[in-house]
Amino acid sequence: MAIPFEYNLRNVMNRPVATFTTALGIGLTVAIFIGALALAAGFRAALVSTGRDDNTIVLRKGADSEISSGLSRDQVQILRASPEIATGPDGRPLVTADLVVVTNKDRLGQAGSSNITVRGVDPSAGEVRGNVKMIEGRMFTPGTDEVIVGRRIAPRFKDCKVGDRIRFQQREFTVVGHFSAGGSAFESEVWGDVEVLAPAVQRANTFQTVVFRLRDPAQFEAFKKRIEADPRLQVQAQRERGFFMAQSETFTTLITVLGTFITVIMGVGALFGAANTMFAAIGARTREIATLLVLGFSPFAVMISFMLESLLIAALGGALGILLALPVNGITSSTTNFSSFSELAFQFTVTPEAMMSGMIFALVLGLVGGFFPALRASRQTLSRALRGG
Amino acid sequence: MASVEVKQVHKVYQRDTQKVAVLDNLSLTIPQGEFVALMGPSGSGKTTLLNLIGGIDQPTSGDVVVAGTNIAKMSGAALAKWRSTTIGYIFQMYNLIPVLNAEQNVELPLMLVKMSGAERKKRAKFALDLVGLGDRTRHYPRQLSGGQEQRVAIARALVTDPKVLLADEPTGDLDRKSADDVLALLTRLNKEFGKTIVMVTHDPHAAERATRTVHLDKGTLS
Repeated sequence: MAIPFEYNLRNVMNRPVATFTTALGIGLTVAIFIGALALAAGFRAALVSTGRDDNTIVLRKGADSEISSGLSRDQVQILRASPEIATGPDGRPLVTADLVVVTNKDRLGQAGSSNITVRGVDPSAGEVRGNVKMIEGRMFTPGTDEVIVGRRIAPRFKDCKVGDRIRFQQREFTVVGHFSAGGSAFESEVWGDVEVLAPAVQRANTFQTVVFRLRDPAQFEAFKKRIEADPRLQVQAQRERGFFMAQSETFTTLITVLGTFITVIMGVGALFGAANTMFAAIGARTREIATLLVLGFSPFAVMISFMLESLLIAALGGALGILLALPVNGITSSTTNFSSFSELAFQFTVTPEAMMSGMIFALVLGLVGGFFPALRASRQTLSRALRGG
Repeated sequence: MASVEVKQVHKVYQRDTQKVAVLDNLSLTIPQGEFVALMGPSGSGKTTLLNLIGGIDQPTSGDVVVAGTNIAKMSGAALAKWRSTTIGYIFQMYNLIPVLNAEQNVELPLMLVKMSGAERKKRAKFALDLVGLGDRTRHYPRQLSGGQEQRVAIARALVTDPKVLLADEPTGDLDRKSADDVLALLTRLNKEFGKTIVMVTHDPHAAERATRTVHLDKGTLS
């Protein structure tokens, strides 16, 4: 029969300082853990939302990122003529041949500079990507030296306000608008007409990728097989979302590994903290525990009772950790995207899964930290314990 | 009929490399309904004998038969279950759980038997009424005097209606007035309710309340 839970609850509340400091130790560890998960989730979300499942991206065979890819104008023309490409409401094919270059620009509000991605696109790019919306100003006019800037980097770099002039190599462009793109990596880019940008950056006849919507997304595998077998093309086709998801892997793995490493080190500290608190609690209650055993509670019931007490403190720590981690949700930060070597801004995203993982992590700390003290409590020599240890 | 039979019991403790004999071939019979006081100098083995009768410790050799059950070789789990139904234990320092109130302390042993919460509360209240603390059910141990704490402990010991009550110096930490109250209560439990009581005491005044006094010296009856 179990010792009433109220006994543990009251004991935990009876020593608020010890309970709080232990819970705080666990809470800080959990907060770091959730923070790392939120960072990885935010970064992954930015890149994953960059692609659509019904879009196909074509790159040079062997290329593992946009900037390592290269397609000639001839290849692009062949791809544009593919009958599998869907058409928009205006009857034009939903395709964009993108030029992707990385350029170094001064930051706004802080010293130094960073790389940003400049993307030359077809005028229909917004429609192909589907989620591009102008939030300030207007879309660039095709054939002119106008560009639009993603909303995440607009406030972080110089010359990115609407009306500013921004220089790319030999030519100046006018910023005519800011756009959002569903929180994706496109929001960290500058877009302009590919036919105007390409000569300005001396890439007149080279593109990086061709992206288009398939008339029937179920035809992807057949289409992929056809164009990858075409000897004129020497290209590879991937689903756009899958491609960008793969791009996020290096960074998210790194963050997860680093985050786990820091969490494990802090976790060991928190584990000893929990064990220490429980050993102290049990040491102070030796006679009390012996009394419970004399009354007839089994050693197993005593052990479970003290494990529950440890779990209770750990759950408090877990909740504290979640509360500490929550304010990072939505904070925008940026890092270098390893696949393009340019700035990628993203939002920390504290997901319900991350909070759940944090709570489970806290409970595991409580379980492990409480095990040996609870075992000791249950294995007391009764006659000695009754005399007070 | 004998309530407690201790037969040729030896108890040896190991202290580091030394073996210390605490009880030496001790035999004792306590009939049902007797109130026995165990007296003797410190280290004579009184508490050890009480612990053997209560199934808190086990003899090195010999038999201990309590309420018809030989508990000398019982497993720890079986002993725990047996204690919960057969023995009521009263400690010198009361050993109440400080975070539980009087009623909850008395209810604790009833958690070990299948019983509804309402029935548990009813029995706890009855036991507290019996010891004269029916109006202190919500008080925590720190809000009670030593004598009151010991009376709550007695209520806890008798709430399961055990056959044998064991008391280890129950008045050792009390003033004379409180000690007399507790002794009067134990006498009543023995006389009115027929409880077999074994009480360890140093106090001749307390021993006077018993129906028989047994003296121990160096692990044997003297």
